[in-house]
Amino acid sequence: MPIVSLREALNQAMDEEMARDERVFLMGEEVAEYNGAYKVSQGLLAKWGPKRVLDTPIAEAGFAGLGIGAAMAGLRPIVEFMTWNFSLVAYDQLVNNAAKMYSMSGGHFHVPIVFRGPGGAAHGLAATHSQALEAIYAHIPGLKVVMPSTCQDAKGLLKTAIRDENPIIFIESEVMYGDKGEIPEGEYTIPLGVGEIKKEGKDVTLVSWSKILAHVVWKAVETLEAELGISIEVIDPRTIRPMDYDLIVESVKKTNRLLIVEEGWPFAGVGAQISYEITSRAFDYLDAPVERVTQEDVPLPYARNLEKYSLPNIDKIRQGVKKVLYID
Amino acid sequence: MATKIMMPKLSDTMEEGVILKWLRKEGEKVKQGETLVEIESDKADMELEAYDTGVLRKIVVPEGGKAPIGALIAIIGEPDEDISALLSETSAPPKQESKKEEKAVAPSTTAAPTPTPPPQQAQAATTPAPTDGKTKASPLAKRLAQEHNLNLAAIPGSGPQGRVIKRDIEGALSGKIPALALPQRAYVPGTAEEVPLSSIRKTIAKRMWESKNAAPHFYVTVEIDMEPAMAFREQLNAASETKISFTDIIIKAAASALMKHPQVNTTYLGDKMRQYHYAHIGVAVALDEGLVTPIVKNCEQKGIGTINAEFRDLVERARNRKLKPEEYTGATFTISNLGMFGVENFVAIINPPEGAILAIGAIVEKPVVKKGAIVIGHTMNVTLSSDHRIIDGAVAARFLQDFKKILENPASLAL
Repeated sequence: MPIVSLREALNQAMDEEMARDERVFLMGEEVAEYNGAYKVSQGLLAKWGPKRVLDTPIAEAGFAGLGIGAAMAGLRPIVEFMTWNFSLVAYDQLVNNAAKMYSMSGGHFHVPIVFRGPGGAAHGLAATHSQALEAIYAHIPGLKVVMPSTCQDAKGLLKTAIRDENPIIFIESEVMYGDKGEIPEGEYTIPLGVGEIKKEGKDVTLVSWSKILAHVVWKAVETLEAELGISIEVIDPRTIRPMDYDLIVESVKKTNRLLIVEEGWPFAGVGAQISYEITSRAFDYLDAPVERVTQEDVPLPYARNLEKYSLPNIDKIRQGVKKVLYID
Repeated sequence: MATKIMMPKLSDTMEEGVILKWLRKEGEKVKQGETLVEIESDKADMELEAYDTGVLRKIVVPEGGKAPIGALIAIIGEPDEDISALLSETSAPPKQESKKEEKAVAPSTTAAPTPTPPPQQAQAATTPAPTDGKTKASPLAKRLAQEHNLNLAAIPGSGPQGRVIKRDIEGALSGKIPALALPQRAYVPGTAEEVPLSSIRKTIAKRMWESKNAAPHFYVTVEIDMEPAMAFREQLNAASETKISFTDIIIKAAASALMKHPQVNTTYLGDKMRQYHYAHIGVAVALDEGLVTPIVKNCEQKGIGTINAEFRDLVERARNRKLKPEEYTGATFTISNLGMFGVENFVAIINPPEGAILAIGAIVEKPVVKKGAIVIGHTMNVTLSSDHRIIDGAVAARFLQDFKKILENPASLAL
């Protein structure tokens, strides 16, 4: 299987879908002439021309709304946010127009649009440029939220997202764009709402996604399995909404314990919802309360030491694993 | 913060425990999960683990001392913490006498014709397992304990605050911890409860009520000398791979007698009656949920070995609730046997639309008169309940006479 970087995987997904369906087009800040702020759209302008790869002004509310209108009119836009932090400027468009148009028009207007870009903290970008916003988007009925942790998942999920009839929030990560991984030869897609057991284990189920899974959890799992002599089952839901609760329930029936590791804040976070669902659906299989590791409940500090301390890290995951496994 | 260590409830019937051995001295460090003390209950000696980490500040009940459940036996805390408040607060453990008083009062409160029970009473009645009230356990542990019929309160918990978790249940199951089995149904003494009727129970209620209301029953009893049948059964079993029961022989004998007396093998139909010239014999089988009567069909044509095989299969499937409707409907006659319970005589209610049912008592050893001499014999009483609308007393008597003759001359079954 070919090995590509995450940015190449995403690029291939867009390129293939643009070839497959002429209604698909990409717009966003610096996506065309500059080949993308993070080079995800490298070469697309040259290949597909300025009608299908469009640079926008620095006006997120404007081009998000433009994209929603284009989708209602029959096109299939991909709108890139340079980072998801800037989507907050367009939050009204996403929440009030993209998410609600289908139901408020009585089914007359579909909004088949993908909003994509990097989310979460990178390094030293301070509070307003480091936010993991999946919870506030997953909160909104009408939006689907997709967060891949591997190159293979990223390509397959983005292709499915572009073909979906509904608005999709597709959250990537700045620090993952250079990550390399195998992808299958040729055409493939991955369904939304279907998670994957990335590693089997028997003592505790660990649910995590995106960058925290790719960059933090895997190292922690390796370390902690050796250090504590335990076996951890790792589940990547891949789609935050709809969440694949059935997969987690089945795993918890086996391990009887659940730890959720997410980059976002604790209050009303994605892990809080998973925790509720699992407590409700697998209550009689739980041997310990569900535990969570999240970012600290503060705006992310700029100072490197505090930033590192605030985000989920191996020490916090160790504490979480020990707590859920009743290890002193 | 200092924690009080109380005498735990180690068995359902335990009221007090004896301290066998303290494994830590006052002033020594204690770690959560370490064994702190050995306690003797009425059922077994058990180890109690410390629920908290700290210093064993005070041993309240010394080795050899007794304490009732819930009484303070020790305090764990920080080395220099003031524990005098905790000590004075619980210096008087709950007295046995006052407990007894409460117990003595409780039943009379229940019996009193108060329209609304006092709140405390009501709560007790709705608590499914009162002994588990204060036992901390994970949902999984609770489910496992229920599945394996274990008393959670008797299992020391190794989780936080003594929570019983899966590994504790597994320990109990592997025999390391003498957890006590719960009685099948936990109930609160002195209370009543309403149990919904199962569908099988409802059917029995309806049909038995109908039968006893519609069919005028009368009963005829006969005593049968069972020694020939016992010898016959021994001979059969010497030749049979599976064990032939008295029930098998009785089914066959009844089928033979019914062929001679079709009036007994009859359904009442208002202006006519239907006489059967085959014997589909239902045999009452007691299940936990109620009675079912699987049917051995055409017994008049079958040998005892075949009847035995078919009946065993039917009973097995009845127990697993796998009977098909045609396997328990359409009998022409029913046999009910309570002999295995030591019952000598009873009368059965006819299973409609049949005309009669035969109640079989136990084979008993007793003095009988044979050839003018009193000897030890083996006899069995059977009682035929008949629907007098279609069966008269003499008919019932003649049927029983033949039935008795067959069992007393079982070789006739081979004819």
